[in-house]
Amino acid sequence: MADQVLTQHFGLENFYKIDEYVKKGGYEAVGKALQMKPEEILEEVKKANLRGRGGAGFPAGIKWGFVPKVDKPKYLCINADEGEPGTFKDRYIMSHNPHMLLEGIIITSFCVDIHTAFIYIRGEYEAIALRLEEAISGAYDKGFLGKNIMNSGFALDVFVHRGAGAYICGEETALLESLEGKRGNPRLKPPFPASVGLFQCPTVINNVETISNVPQIILNGADWFVKKGLPKDGGTRIFGVSGMVEKPGIYELPIGTSLKDIINKYAGGVKKGKKLKAVIPGGMSAPVLKADEIDIPMDFDSLVDAESMLGSAAIIVIDTGTSMLDVLKTVTKFYSHESCGQCTPCRIGTSWINKIVKRMIEGKGSKKDIDEIVRLASNILGNTLCPLGDAAAMPILSITKKFRKELESHL
Amino acid sequence: MNPGFSERTRKKIDKVVARYPQKEAAILPLLHIAQQEFGFISPDSEKLVAEILGIKPIRVREVVTFYTMLNREPIGKYHIQVCSNLSCTLLGSEKLIDYLKGKLGIEPGQTTKDKKFTLSLVECLGACEQAPCMMVNFDYYGNLDKKKIDKILDGLE
Repeated sequence: MADQVLTQHFGLENFYKIDEYVKKGGYEAVGKALQMKPEEILEEVKKANLRGRGGAGFPAGIKWGFVPKVDKPKYLCINADEGEPGTFKDRYIMSHNPHMLLEGIIITSFCVDIHTAFIYIRGEYEAIALRLEEAISGAYDKGFLGKNIMNSGFALDVFVHRGAGAYICGEETALLESLEGKRGNPRLKPPFPASVGLFQCPTVINNVETISNVPQIILNGADWFVKKGLPKDGGTRIFGVSGMVEKPGIYELPIGTSLKDIINKYAGGVKKGKKLKAVIPGGMSAPVLKADEIDIPMDFDSLVDAESMLGSAAIIVIDTGTSMLDVLKTVTKFYSHESCGQCTPCRIGTSWINKIVKRMIEGKGSKKDIDEIVRLASNILGNTLCPLGDAAAMPILSITKKFRKELESHL
Repeated sequence: MNPGFSERTRKKIDKVVARYPQKEAAILPLLHIAQQEFGFISPDSEKLVAEILGIKPIRVREVVTFYTMLNREPIGKYHIQVCSNLSCTLLGSEKLIDYLKGKLGIEPGQTTKDKKFTLSLVECLGACEQAPCMMVNFDYYGNLDKKKIDKILDGLE
């Protein structure tokens, strides 16, 4: 596939090793960036319309631009927590292409005047954390990290910090708390991390895939990047497809590729003998789409128009043999387990809904139950400190709305 | 009583602590090291970590109780963690969990009498393309069925 950029060398056995990476033109982007002015880099990334690949889709260049020019240390935190159910793309990037991430980290840090970067990686990815450390150590040896990077005078240290099992730590302020050695309880915003972040200092937080796109923007220019995707949403996305499809896996495709094509053309269609019922298009938090709603371009704005979200571009395919009540059980179990407990609507609401769903599955549901679920979920939506509350309410509300008849058949 | 960290581990710990402008940030890395060294996080281990970082043990306890990967009780030699999230349940992980419960004779959260296996249900492991999947200690296993589970468990001494 000619569209592949982040994943184009995934087939090469030793691409994760620095020598192989350098042979393929690796670290040329860093060399070029260090010859540029930081503001030129920022302008290029802004022009590229590189939007956050973690879920929220916030333009990276604008985020970097928020960092104040103050006489304080500044930090870069790479969000490698990858906990959104259905998402596994960053695992592939970090294990197959760790140096492209490191290049992105170096360029971003140079652009924002950062000298310390942390990669916060979910605890379960132990093997990948080791691979990252190997890559970092290789980059130090070659002079791409450390005190005087490529004789430019620019200094940067990069450290890997492992989480320990908590979905909430993928939320950026919970990630900061966790990195500071605390429970992963999200912070009230504002202040935003760009001004008051890690250790109370200005901090940029970006997803692995977002930052991994930076080197190619520097090498090929913003116009090239925008042409890869859409004017307001540049580049490719690594779509992760799982669930009831013939060929689950990652597919790097231009932003705006149709969801229908991703499922049918690339992922081999719904599993043989099964029929499509619903699709979760952007990780579990994204409102569900019905089978007749998948003829849609996969970009942030189109998904918003369809009252769902692109999120982490993790596509979960559900077939007609699956009960949506069972899906609702899994969804509500997850959020009630992962709620940090700070905000009452989320803490109580998610577990309450989960109890109702379980009761319905046991055949003890009552006519009022679905309305009660809708009432509780609506009370979570917009009433919590962090987006986990919304992330729980959105799929619940979409399932109860779009599959109400099926849910009622269980009563 | 906890014997304390080995000399070699202490050196590693010093290096880790030096990464952070505030010592407390090293709590999670130190707890990972403690769990690797002692198998689980006992109150003594909490105290050890607290002493190194110059903080009260309760600060360490607060962190330990928040994160699911930190075990406060001893676990079996092999920690089997089966994903119970959506992509995996769509592809039959619930049946596999029942199979494992029967095969090991324990419920999730329990350890076999011979201390060989602990069974846990976990949320998404980030390997949905290989659903249904599980981890045994830190090794990932995907595209599971009963036969494959038998083979994996048979291969563990």
